[in-house]
Amino acid sequence: MTVLLETRNLERTFGAVVAASNINIQIKAGEILGVIGSNGAGKTTFVNMVTGYLSPSSGEILYRGNPIHGKATRDITKLGICRSFQIPQLFLELSVLENMLIALIIAKGNAPVLFAPAVNDSLEEEALRLLSRFGIEDYANQEITTLPQGVRKLVDIAMATVSEPELLFLDEPTSGVSAHEKLEIMQVLITALKVTNTAVLFIEHDMEIVEAFSPRVVAFYEGTILADGPTAEVLQNSKVREFVIGSEFHRKGDAPPSSTTETNSAKIGSVLEGGV
Amino acid sequence: MMKSFDRTEVTLLLCIPVLIGLGFILPQWIVNYIQVSLGTGLVAISVMTQMRSGLVSFGQGLFFCIGGYTAGMAGKFLGISDLFLLLFLGALAGLAISFLLGFLLRRYREIFYAMLTLAVSMILFGLLSSTEELGSTDGFNLASPTYLGWSPEGEMARYALYIATCIPALLCALLLHRYLRSPMGFVGEAIRENELRVEYLGTSAHKSVHITYVLAATVSAIGGVLWALALGHVDPEMTNWTTSGQFVFISILSGTGNIISPLFGTFILEIIRVYAVEISPNTWQLMIGSIMLLTIIFLPKGLWSLIQPSSSVVRTTLKKSTKDSKETSS
Repeated sequence: MTVLLETRNLERTFGAVVAASNINIQIKAGEILGVIGSNGAGKTTFVNMVTGYLSPSSGEILYRGNPIHGKATRDITKLGICRSFQIPQLFLELSVLENMLIALIIAKGNAPVLFAPAVNDSLEEEALRLLSRFGIEDYANQEITTLPQGVRKLVDIAMATVSEPELLFLDEPTSGVSAHEKLEIMQVLITALKVTNTAVLFIEHDMEIVEAFSPRVVAFYEGTILADGPTAEVLQNSKVREFVIGSEFHRKGDAPPSSTTETNSAKIGSVLEGGV
Repeated sequence: MMKSFDRTEVTLLLCIPVLIGLGFILPQWIVNYIQVSLGTGLVAISVMTQMRSGLVSFGQGLFFCIGGYTAGMAGKFLGISDLFLLLFLGALAGLAISFLLGFLLRRYREIFYAMLTLAVSMILFGLLSSTEELGSTDGFNLASPTYLGWSPEGEMARYALYIATCIPALLCALLLHRYLRSPMGFVGEAIRENELRVEYLGTSAHKSVHITYVLAATVSAIGGVLWALALGHVDPEMTNWTTSGQFVFISILSGTGNIISPLFGTFILEIIRVYAVEISPNTWQLMIGSIMLLTIIFLPKGLWSLIQPSSSVVRTTLKKSTKDSKETSS
């Protein structure tokens, strides 16, 4: 598989605080990668650096072999690297459909157009089709402020995928979502993203989710990578168990949620109604 | 052909012959107020356009003044009296200066944007007030304009100028309405809501703010030219903070729901002021302030919200689009 992203000795400091140090990661096309680590371990700092929100203090970030460190966020997005946020970054006073339309307008490169109408039927259809991929088309006309947290997360992720990125970072896609919703949401997400063969790096605190959806895991601890490898190996690594997971975690042997015949929409509708 | 225009655009286009017709029917004092209101109304819609991107300009008088003074100076020093040339020069001056200032202003938001726009406008106020060649605080007068070599006199000159004010003013309003419905207009709304997301979607918020600023400045400068020609006089008060504040007042009073609203709002404010001064010459500002207060309390989205509750151009456009498709399918 082609290596999409490679970081070499990536480091970020804030004054005397070293937020990330010696980060070396490779992500291949279509790969699904879980990232674990306690708060302050450097996971989000890593994502912020790769997506251009933060400049690395030193080190290199290569995308398809070309350096991208120092590039603006929007330029990195245009290259094919997108992200979602721990706290969904949406246009709160607008509806789900309007959020998607704005994302589509920008993704299609139409933003500089000055005097032609922005919206047409085909754009609306495309927005609705993208929403249906994530099972949230029924929420299209609802204002963001009225939505449960789980749906907001999905809208946030759906917006990040409108430009069909090759690599998508999901920052805690199931945080703030109740325990029984998490697996269903992840199932919907991974199914939707596999359609486009998007490589996914997701940050997650729930080890069951990591085990179920990620063949490879990177464990962060105090700004450095503690372990990187197949999920089973990393989760059994003694250092990872001591510093990242904690001794209370035991593999339950539960099978990952199987793909079901239910539509995404039906699942999400049943799971998220009356959510957070 | 009308299919390519939405309801607001059709209304604006229909307003051109209607206003021209009213110019021959209404009492002269009302016609004068309409004419003046169209000039200042253009500045108010420029302020409103920026508000749609979450930017409040407390210094829009800067470009109003630049437009007026450019027209005045072109007549005074270069002997240019052609209205079309004066409009072009005024717009060009506004565009050029805002393009340069935009590189600074596009980096700021909220109160910092408001204060910086105010600061720049007050610099011009100071400069003009101390420039004797331009009449200092008294300003100077402008000659009546000509129209491609035609120089009407008396009543005809008055009507010609009125017509020549109506047409560009309403066309500018139409242009800004088109802008708000365009992808760039949508991006402006998105910037107001969440700039971080806009950047992560892959476009430059700074560039969008810059374009909005330049467009608003150019239209304001055209408003300044029309206003200056209507009154036949310019002075530094055009760029004083009280004038800029008035434009913000109009935008809040009328609301940001539709491009037509500030044009009406300007006219309504002029009329309110006339009556307020007549009723209470010493405390008329108190009355204006009270109206402002009541508007903010009871109509936080302005008078236009009585007509159209949603102020989002995105939502308005979508509703229209949905309605159109339903009509088509039925």
